This record gives sequence, C-alpha cells and structure tokens, in this order.
Amino acid sequence: MKKIEAVVKPFKLDEVREALAEIGVHGMTISEVKGFGRQHGQTELYRGSEYHIEFLPKIKIEVVATDEQYRDIVDTLIEHASTGNVGDGKVFIFDVDEAIRIRTGESGKAAIV
Amino acid sequence: MTAAAVILLSGQALFAQEVTAQSVQTNVDYVWTIAAAVLVFLMQAGFALVEAGFTRAKNTINILMKNLMDMSVGAIVFWAIGFAIMFGANSTGWFGHSGFFLGEYSDTGDPWVLAFFMFQVVFVATAATIVSGSMAERTKFSAYLVYSAGISAIIYPIFGSWAWGGLLNGFGWLEGLGFIDFAGSTVVHSVGGWAALAGVIVIGPRLGKYTEDGRVRAIPGHNIALGALGVFILWFGWYGFNAGSTTAATTDIALIAVNTTLAAAGGAIAAMVTSWIQFGKPDITLSLNGALAGLVGITAGCANVMPPSAIIIGILAGVIVVYSIVILDQKLKIDDPVGAVSVHGVCGAWGTLAAGLFNAGGTNFAIIGVQLLGIAAAFLWVFPTAFLLFKGIQKTIGLRVTEAEEIDGLDIGEHGMEAYPAFQILQQD
Repeated sequence: MKKIEAVVKPFKLDEVREALAEIGVHGMTISEVKGFGRQHGQTELYRGSEYHIEFLPKIKIEVVATDEQYRDIVDTLIEHASTGNVGDGKVFIFDVDEAIRIRTGESGKAAIV
Repeated sequence: MTAAAVILLSGQALFAQEVTAQSVQTNVDYVWTIAAAVLVFLMQAGFALVEAGFTRAKNTINILMKNLMDMSVGAIVFWAIGFAIMFGANSTGWFGHSGFFLGEYSDTGDPWVLAFFMFQVVFVATAATIVSGSMAERTKFSAYLVYSAGISAIIYPIFGSWAWGGLLNGFGWLEGLGFIDFAGSTVVHSVGGWAALAGVIVIGPRLGKYTEDGRVRAIPGHNIALGALGVFILWFGWYGFNAGSTTAATTDIALIAVNTTLAAAGGAIAAMVTSWIQFGKPDITLSLNGALAGLVGITAGCANVMPPSAIIIGILAGVIVVYSIVILDQKLKIDDPVGAVSVHGVCGAWGTLAAGLFNAGGTNFAIIGVQLLGIAAAFLWVFPTAFLLFKGIQKTIGLRVTEAEEIDGLDIGEHGMEAYPAFQILQQD
C-alpha cells in the first residue's frame, strides 16, 4: 500500500476530487496548509507599512491506495491539479505498513477500498 | 457663587426665545427626524455585516470597503447634486433643479432643510449599498466607486423626485397621481434592487458558480453569525427607516413601528416554513432574507395599513423571496450571493402593490393602478440607466477583476491585505 500526499492550489481541489472519484477513489483527507516552494509569497501593505508573507494558502490531499492503483491516482491527480504555473505543488509517495478500518477491524486492502 | 449666577442668568437672557407649544413640537420634530436618521445610518453596518457574512473570507476587506464608500461617496454626491434633483424646485414634475450643494441652507435660514437632508442622505446610501452584495466577489473597487456616484447623483434622485419631491420643494408627476410609498419600498428598495439586477447581468456570475453541464454550485458564506447580526441590525435600523419617515414627532409612529415589527416577523416565519417544506430543513440564510423581505414589503404601506394586514404582507413577502431567490439562482442562472435582487427589487414591488391592496381606507382599481404604474416606472427608469452605467464602466475602466484575482481573492488584489491574517509567520527584517 502507498500513501500519496499532494500539496495543491486550493481552487483545484474540487476538480481533483471529482477526477479521483471517477477512477474509483472514494476516500481522502484534506488539510488547509500554508507553504511555499519556488513560488514566492506576496508583499502586503498595512496602514502604510509593507510586510512580506512568504507562505501561501494550499490544500494538502492525503490518499492511501493499493500498489495496483496508486500510479493511476498519482497521474490523475497531477493532470487535474496542474495549471502550468509556478506554485502548482508537489506529490510525495510513501510506503504504508498497515491500514485498519476502525468500524470493522478490517485491515489491508479491505480497509482502503 | 453670585458671579456664576449672574453669568448663567445673562446667558439665558441672551438666548431666550418664547416657548410655545408650536416651538416645542418643532424641536421634537427635529429630534425625532435626526434620531431616526441615525438609526437608518446604522443600517449601513447591517448591510456590511450581511454581505461580509454571506461571502467568502478572501473578499471580506473588499466588501467592507465598498460599503464604507457607497455611504461616503454617496453622501457627498447627494449633497452636491442628488438632493437638489430629488427635492429642489421642480417645474416639470420630472426632476428638481434648485438647491445644489445644499445651497438652500444659509446660517440665518431655516435649518429644517438640514434635518431633512440628514434623513434623506441615509436613504440614498441604503439604496446604493443594496448593489454591493449582489455584485460581491468579482467587481472592481474603482468600478464600484463610479457606480456609487452615479446612483446617488442621478438614478436614485430622479425617480425619487417623481414620488417624493413634494416632501420639500419639488413635486413629482407620480405623487401627483396619489402614489403610496411612505418609506420607500420602491423609491429605495426597488431602485436598489433593479440596479443590482442590471449589475449582476452585466458582470456575470462568479467563477465556478455555474458549471458547463448546467449544475449550480453553492458558494457558502464564511460567517453566518456576522450575517445574522447584520440582519438584526437592519431590522433595528428599519424602525428609523419606517417610523422616521413621518419626519415629525406624532402618534403615527406607533402604528408604523408595530406594522414594521409584525411584517418582519411574518416574513421570517414564512421564509423559514417555506424553506423547511421545500428543502427539508429550516434554512438560516433564507429565514434571515425572509425577515428583510417582510421589512421591505411593509415599507411602502407601513403608515396606511392595519396591523393584521402587515402580518399578511410580511408572510407573503417571506414566501415570495424564497421562490424568487431559487428561481433567479437556479433557473435563470443569475448569481446574487446575498439575494439582494429578490429581497429588495422583487419584494419592493410586492410591498408597493400591497400598500394599495391593503390600504386601510379601502382599495379600488384606481389605487392599485397607480401603484402598478409606479412599480413599472421605477423598473423602466432604473434598470436601463443602471445597465448603461455598468456597461459604460465596463467599456472604460473595466467592471470585473481578472480571473486570477478572483481566484486569489479581492482583498489581496484590490487592497493588498488579508482580512484574516492569522497563522501567518511574518518575515522579521
């Protein structure tokens, strides 16, 4: 099993979620985060004083997938999260040791489909 | 001690005037009119909070700036131009033409024109600010400033002169026919509502609101508590709006205040029940809109209908507003984040008609006919002129922000700030 962690632009979330649902991904977790990479922050003005915000709002999506499916999920996610502009985000892929469904106690593949 | 007494008494003697019953009545008229004007002014806070609460956090600063400015720009422009057009001497019955820059007032003259101006300036601000909510989240700030000037200088005052010019120095053709609009269901609310309709049609819906396959997406507001607070403040200010329109301290204000209360309550309940039946659960935002709809609905007839009628008028407004909102949003695909067109335009028309239908002295086709004529005249004047104004702005300085700015939020794009800068780690230089 793999865990896919993607940091994407917030307005792309809906499109990514719909696209993933279409290929059979029916669960994910998201968090509102702030971050930066090569996309620089922005300069803001408060009562005449400039200040610089380095961190921009992003959405982090976490999905756990089977070894058979995760490549498809990564490709779909990248296709729909991309705008071609700097700041599109990144995807990280981790190995997962175990996954268990709390309600039933199922583990392994049964826990994540 | 004695010296102080002498000074006090001589001070009294200098300013002593004969106290008559009439002079006391005049003074109380002033007190009531100014106090009511101040209540109506607070409605600006109500509108600001409703609009901020019902829209997204990334646009909060922008909506508040627009609200601050339609009051401020409107006040100056109305002082300079609009007041004269609305209430100046009026030789044709179609617009006034005296009293620019509040020229009628001199420091030795009758200050009543000042009190009357105070009351009227907060009314034009009310009409103007109706539009900011409907066009929220995508309108350029500079465009909105131009619109504020346009509606306060020309669009609102000209229709106002037809219906209310006679309250001061003018006289309008519509009031001459017996048009009933005591506090402005049409003069204020429909004028604002139809201008809002023109604006949302010209500017188009928010990005992502309507999908290509015809789905309608909800874009929830970011703070329902602020929205609710805003509605309560509006309801509070409306007592000044309706009862203050006597511009005189008379016992009439009791009936007006009671009608205002019952209509708002009826509207809130009816909208709540309607949303409960239609959608399965009572909806807070629609119920809040319902209270406002009831208030708009009673505004025309608050002085000439009996309390039971006020309840009916409010209830019908509450039902109408829910269906109007749904039809505009879902069927006609007209994106109005706060329902301003429905609350103010549609229910303003209903309220004006209701003032004729439920007239305590009895109704007839002539009375209803004049009401319908006024409703139509307002639409036929305001919608095209507002449409042209927004089109003109669109073609010159631009009406809508860029897509990128709309996505990131107008607070950053228009004002270089965020309304909620929490969780930010500021770079220490």
